[in-house]
Amino acid sequence: MNEVKRMSRKAQVDENLCVACGCCLKICPLGAITIFNGIRAIIDETRCVGCGKCAKECPASVIDIIEVNV
Amino acid sequence: MKKKWYDYLWIVSLSYLILGFFNIMFAWLGLLCFIIPLIISTVKGTKGYCNRYCGRGQLFGLLGGRFGLSRNRDIPKWMKSKWFRYGFLIFFFLMFFLMLWNTYLVFAGASDLKQVVTLLWTFKLPWHWAFHGTIIHSGAAQFAFGFYSVMLTSTVLGFVTMILFKPRSWCVYCPMGTMTQLICKIKNKE
Repeated sequence: MNEVKRMSRKAQVDENLCVACGCCLKICPLGAITIFNGIRAIIDETRCVGCGKCAKECPASVIDIIEVNV
Repeated sequence: MKKKWYDYLWIVSLSYLILGFFNIMFAWLGLLCFIIPLIISTVKGTKGYCNRYCGRGQLFGLLGGRFGLSRNRDIPKWMKSKWFRYGFLIFFFLMFFLMLWNTYLVFAGASDLKQVVTLLWTFKLPWHWAFHGTIIHSGAAQFAFGFYSVMLTSTVLGFVTMILFKPRSWCVYCPMGTMTQLICKIKNKE
């Protein structure tokens, strides 16, 4: 039997380059983003639907939308 | 999403720039933009100022976003590198201390009050109409001219990168943002 693979889109932050400005946090319609200790943005993957708004908003362009297996 | 009171702080930032055009002593209020983020980062260990209250960021977001003044391109790689961000922070600090030194010279009576606003650390703009005397000391006015220069310079830089790249590109290399992030890293031991 063929294994059914389900793909899902999620936002991924380049933690090393994130400036923790919080632009993504403001734009996220699902409230899936928090700024961890004023250091970097963290995406709650259980809430993220991969809409890409944060990636578009991020002034440093360090958020990518990636395909992940669920 | 329902707007909160702090979503309107861009009005304060805009008013600040306008007020300084009419009376330079208002420039002193700009110290709040330095003190508040430093307090939040050292006491709470967060970038709450950037994340919520920064009126300048909101202003750029509004002009570049809703008013469509931004090209919405990716910022160049070197501008988000640690080298550039920390380098710009150091440069900004040096220029800030130079401004404090010039203020000290006026306070000490070693030099006269210069009624100019220095844009981009180079261009001296006449600004004498905004000076109506001071009851304190001419040094207090010198600080106001110097501080307004810092604020206007960073606004101009932020405005240019807002047009060229994304609306809030300034946030990437904002010295206060870099400094508060650094404080958070130290405070949270990372």
